[in-house]
Amino acid sequence: MNATVPKAQESRSLFLTLVRFRELSIIIFIILLIVIVSWNTPAFFTTTNFRTILLNISILSIVALGQTMVIITRGIDLSVSSMIGLVAMMVSFTVVAFPSVSPPLAILLGMLLGAILGSFNGLIITIGKVPPIIATLGTLSVYRGMVFLYSGGTWINSFQMPAGYRALAKADPLGIPNIILFAAVVILVVYLFLNYTRPGRDIYAVGSNPEAANVAGIPVQRTIFMVYVISGLLAGLAAVLWASRFESAQTNTALGFELQTVAASVVGGVNIFGGSGTVVGVILGAFLLGTIQNALIMVRISPFWQLAAQGLLILAAVIVDSAILRRLQKLGGIGE
Amino acid sequence: MTEQTPIIQMREISKSFGGVRALNNVDIKVYSGEVHALLGENGAGKSTLIKTMTGVHQPDSGDIYLRGELVRFNGPRDAQQMGIGAIYQEPSLFPDLDIAENILAGRQPVSGGRINWRQMYRAARDLLQQLGVQLDPRIKARNLSVAQQQTVEIARALSLNAQLLIMDEPTSSLTSTEVEELFRIIRQLRQTGTAVIFISHRLEELFAVADRVTILRDGNYVGTREIAGVKTDELIQMMVGRAVDDLFPKQVAPLGDTLLEVKGLTATGKFENVSFALRAGEILGVAGLIGAGRTDVARALFGIQPISAGTIEIAGQEVAIQNPRQAMKLGLAFVPEDRQHHGLVLPMSIAANITLPILSRFTRTGGWMRERAAKQVAAVAARRLEVKSAGIDQKARELSGGNQQKVVLAKWLETNPRILILDEPTRGIDVGTKAAVHQLMSDLANQGVAILMISSELPEILGMSDRILVMREGRITGEYTRAEATQEKIMASATAVSPN
Repeated sequence: MNATVPKAQESRSLFLTLVRFRELSIIIFIILLIVIVSWNTPAFFTTTNFRTILLNISILSIVALGQTMVIITRGIDLSVSSMIGLVAMMVSFTVVAFPSVSPPLAILLGMLLGAILGSFNGLIITIGKVPPIIATLGTLSVYRGMVFLYSGGTWINSFQMPAGYRALAKADPLGIPNIILFAAVVILVVYLFLNYTRPGRDIYAVGSNPEAANVAGIPVQRTIFMVYVISGLLAGLAAVLWASRFESAQTNTALGFELQTVAASVVGGVNIFGGSGTVVGVILGAFLLGTIQNALIMVRISPFWQLAAQGLLILAAVIVDSAILRRLQKLGGIGE
Repeated sequence: MTEQTPIIQMREISKSFGGVRALNNVDIKVYSGEVHALLGENGAGKSTLIKTMTGVHQPDSGDIYLRGELVRFNGPRDAQQMGIGAIYQEPSLFPDLDIAENILAGRQPVSGGRINWRQMYRAARDLLQQLGVQLDPRIKARNLSVAQQQTVEIARALSLNAQLLIMDEPTSSLTSTEVEELFRIIRQLRQTGTAVIFISHRLEELFAVADRVTILRDGNYVGTREIAGVKTDELIQMMVGRAVDDLFPKQVAPLGDTLLEVKGLTATGKFENVSFALRAGEILGVAGLIGAGRTDVARALFGIQPISAGTIEIAGQEVAIQNPRQAMKLGLAFVPEDRQHHGLVLPMSIAANITLPILSRFTRTGGWMRERAAKQVAAVAARRLEVKSAGIDQKARELSGGNQQKVVLAKWLETNPRILILDEPTRGIDVGTKAAVHQLMSDLANQGVAILMISSELPEILGMSDRILVMREGRITGEYTRAEATQEKIMASATAVSPN
């Protein structure tokens, strides 16, 4: 161990630098995509379009960060889309019935409702010992069913909504649309939480080796419960922003959105088997997803092809990423 | 030394698992500043003993005194909080976290409401430096070698103020330079007053690092000796000194032609230059400690473990065995050590398990099964081996260990093997079934089957084998005929000490 230090350390530090910029491969992929698309579609590489992409991925980023925390603990939260649907409906009904409810209060109400829904997931998983994929597959249906029960099949449209509520996501008193600011704040808070607090670090420890976490005195079950509450809370926030941005709350709001959040996490380098994943990676993952969606529209690919092309590009990104990672690990001379 | 209060004292500790006595009134005292080795054969109870010290197991009876005070551990965390650190054979780190966090997981330094990474790295670096190790605390645990991971675990134990450090075979997967480095760390810990309990099968390592040694045999305390005044012969005697009378000796069978000949067989990192020959009607016993590479050789013969060099000849013909299917075609059968995982499909019926390797015999054109014919064959096979069950439709999972083993044997006998490889054929099964299995082996040998038997039970090896090979660390270190073999000689070869 000692004798080989100088030589080993040198190659290590290079290896470490590369691995720490593990997100490098996604960045390369994004740049490639932008260059190729801008080549024949000049309208793509503009500030306006960039702003559109950011608007589109703000909600995705918020929910994907919650999803990421869940995945790091070796779980998954498939119910996020239904939580968004249900909370969007409940909050919208509330502001329509009580126009005096201020937008900040609506946000808080959404987060509270989301956290409650998320805590049910957490209870089913920690106390009920149901595997996360089954538990949240169940609540995916239950919560969506509750959207119908709650709304009685009706919906809230743009004309019914108070102006303040509609402006919540779109107004830009600071020069940037609020929704992007919300996303930025969430990104910052989650980044600090995951890197600079013990509960945040516990999430990684629990996902990396649950038995060792238990022996190290980390509250494993409480940590798992917490990530589902956070996932619900962020879904609740996203729900209010969703209703405001699209000026409606419908029974099919956010239908299928859970897969996009999982895709953003995984494309962003979050290990689907738990233990690792970074905020920067997930944001890049969400950005790549948004860029792909946007690019496919800009280059006028037939709508019939769009979904398949989107999926293929995501797969390509993940394959390239894991190939680069394997390469890096070989270069790093693991286990010397 | 005797004046001192021992840091830990175990008094009359007993522990059973499902009727099997793992520990029987074991006593041990360990003082601070000593390196105390635990020695014993496989299954002597060493691991169980240390697991009662670390709170993983709770003893059925007996007392544990920590610095003279009676304590009780309800779990590993209790023991950890009371200053007992443990390092198991398999490192238990967080592969995705860096060294610093692994050392301080759950106890990261917090200042001003946020984790102070700089302070954490400094603390980790200091701890590693105390151990005389230079490692960048930012490296993720998954990128460390086993030796480095152990170092991190030692650092973690120290950061928890461990006064007793328990290591379960820490050297088993280290290179010799890494072992020396580990010993340097252990000696350093001893100097600072930490007690170290250390399990190793390698006697020369005990002489290199230990102060005292306690020997266990079959769950019983045999004795404690000062390393300075003890001879290897005496230690081996204490380890094996068991009467060799509860045996079912093999009947003499006529030896036929050489059926299997292995020359220079090597699988890098697993075993090296293994050569032997096996004749029809012969039982060749393979003795050695767990991890000596015996099972890997068996797996290589059956085409599971790829080989990097050497040749295999079957009935005089050189063959290349790349998968179990080829091995079976050549007349080999392999009864693996872990019958629950590798020998049986537990949720399937006895009949389905027995006919699994010979399904093609019951296949009609078009892939349909002749279910009834298969069941008949299974029923006959089960009857022949006296499998006790509610019928051949009973699930394998519901059978006792002994009967499960009979099903595995029945399954492989149906393939009519010329060469039968048995890995620990009677581990964990009752005496009656054991006798039946031994009788069956004798009968098969009489019918001209060549048998390669891996066993960690010396009486079984001595009783059943015509010839005995001993392996140690991937090499054959001894070969004895039935007449010349003794427990002492085999144990000496297995632990690499020349007898006499």
